[in-house]
Amino acid sequence: MIQVNGLIKDYGARRALNNISFDANQGEIVGFLGPNGAGKTTAMRILTGYMPPTDGTITVAGYDVVDESLEVRKRVGYLPETVPLYNEMTAFEYLKFMGELRHIPNSEERALETLESVNLESRSHSYIGTFSKGMRQRIGLAQALLHRPEVLILDEPTIGLDPSQVVEIREVIREIGKDRTVLFSTHILSEAQQICDRVLIINKGKIVAEDTPENLQSRLVGAQRVVLRVRGESDDLAAKVKKIKGVKAVETKADGSIEFEFSAGQDARPQVAKTVVQGGYELLEMRSVGMSLEEIFLELTRESASGKKSS
Amino acid sequence: MRNIWTIAKREYDHYFISPIAYVVAVALLFLVGGYFSLMLLAANQGGGFGGGFVPAIPEINNLFGFLLLLSIPALTMRVLADETRTGTIELLLTAPVRDFELVAGKWLGSFMFVLTLILVTVLYPIILNSQVSPGLDWRLIISSYLALVLLTGALMALGVGISAIFSNQVTAFITTLGLFIFLWWLVGIPSSLFPVGGEFFNYMVLNSHFGGALNQGNVYLSDVVYFLSLIAVGLFTGTVAIEIRRWK
Repeated sequence: MIQVNGLIKDYGARRALNNISFDANQGEIVGFLGPNGAGKTTAMRILTGYMPPTDGTITVAGYDVVDESLEVRKRVGYLPETVPLYNEMTAFEYLKFMGELRHIPNSEERALETLESVNLESRSHSYIGTFSKGMRQRIGLAQALLHRPEVLILDEPTIGLDPSQVVEIREVIREIGKDRTVLFSTHILSEAQQICDRVLIINKGKIVAEDTPENLQSRLVGAQRVVLRVRGESDDLAAKVKKIKGVKAVETKADGSIEFEFSAGQDARPQVAKTVVQGGYELLEMRSVGMSLEEIFLELTRESASGKKSS
Repeated sequence: MRNIWTIAKREYDHYFISPIAYVVAVALLFLVGGYFSLMLLAANQGGGFGGGFVPAIPEINNLFGFLLLLSIPALTMRVLADETRTGTIELLLTAPVRDFELVAGKWLGSFMFVLTLILVTVLYPIILNSQVSPGLDWRLIISSYLALVLLTGALMALGVGISAIFSNQVTAFITTLGLFIFLWWLVGIPSSLFPVGGEFFNYMVLNSHFGGALNQGNVYLSDVVYFLSLIAVGLFTGTVAIEIRRWK
């Protein structure tokens, strides 16, 4: 559905996107993850036909974004970062206007249906200027969904929403993602982890990692960390744990807790538990602290930053 | 065509909630209406029609045209600049609408708003017609109104075109007003400097096509072509400005 090949975008002398390639299939939710200024918005603006790329071939829904821009735009729903709304229009008027621009037959009916799908039907005749941030985000999303596009591109759709609204929007995205292609950007990692089938981590105009959230985690972590706490002395326990197969990097912390790692695929936890029980220790806590996507993200973006410095 | 109409409708509606549009509308209609009333009064005091001073529609439309020259920059300055400011330009530029359709729609909507104001003043010749015998020369009136409509269309197109270039309203306003003043008075000045080709500069003078010809009842093709060309130039400038903006 989305195919990006060697995408480059220059703003004057500054290279905003440096040779980006990726694709997204139908029924896939792809998360675009990266710090602010990484190039997420630029990439999305190119995909939606807002601006042309400096170089590279990009096809969306089977059409080239430069040569067949209008065809692409017909098939894409786009929610920009600053939600583009006319404050002086009512929610219904706004969607009706967009429906007419998109040549939707009986645009009034469709406007009402779409308002219902984002739970705004009770406010359909209120002026958008009176809407809260969450409602603005939802009416913006309604605008992107209105023509039932094959590809949905959402730029930070959950930014500035309260937690319950975030959950709501995520639910909507997941629902749409079942049969259509969704590309959405975020800098909240847990969000990408929750909804995406695949994550693209982008930093300084380059894709630094691309995989499913689970794979990304296991691939980059390679090992899992566990914290173990028992009542009383734990030094001798640490020594015993060290002997268990697969366990490495055993550390005794100042508060008496033991931290150890084991390689992926060699879960040492059952053996450790047995050792604790057989040794007569009073177990207080055993939990895994596996590297979060957050840490991976920091690591990756740091890597690419230091890589740039040395080159 | 359909997209142009959709955008034009929204633009037209927008004028009726815009404070600037109301200020301009009230000022225009007040000044032109006041002028007309004074002329009627003067004619009546001068011993009635037939004897003294006769109010003429072209004279009223001359004032109207001049006031449009000064006020249209205030109407068109926000047309595209405002969309840039609020970010809604992103909505329009990613909708399946050609850049030309966007500019033409914006122009048409703005044009229709001023046409509405012009339509109000059609009352004046109707009033006047009831006061004089044997009635007005309607061919002159129609020519005069044609002049006003063409002038409005041309000024609006140039204003919308300039509004597409700038993302700042004040810059758009000053540039538009400057261009109008240049076209109205100044563009003809170099004609005396060139022994050959001076006619070109004379032809460019806006006022000679408006006040000097059409508004006097002389409908020449060259004048009509002049105004239509300005409309084309304005819309073309706007379309190119948006295309350039995309590439930046």
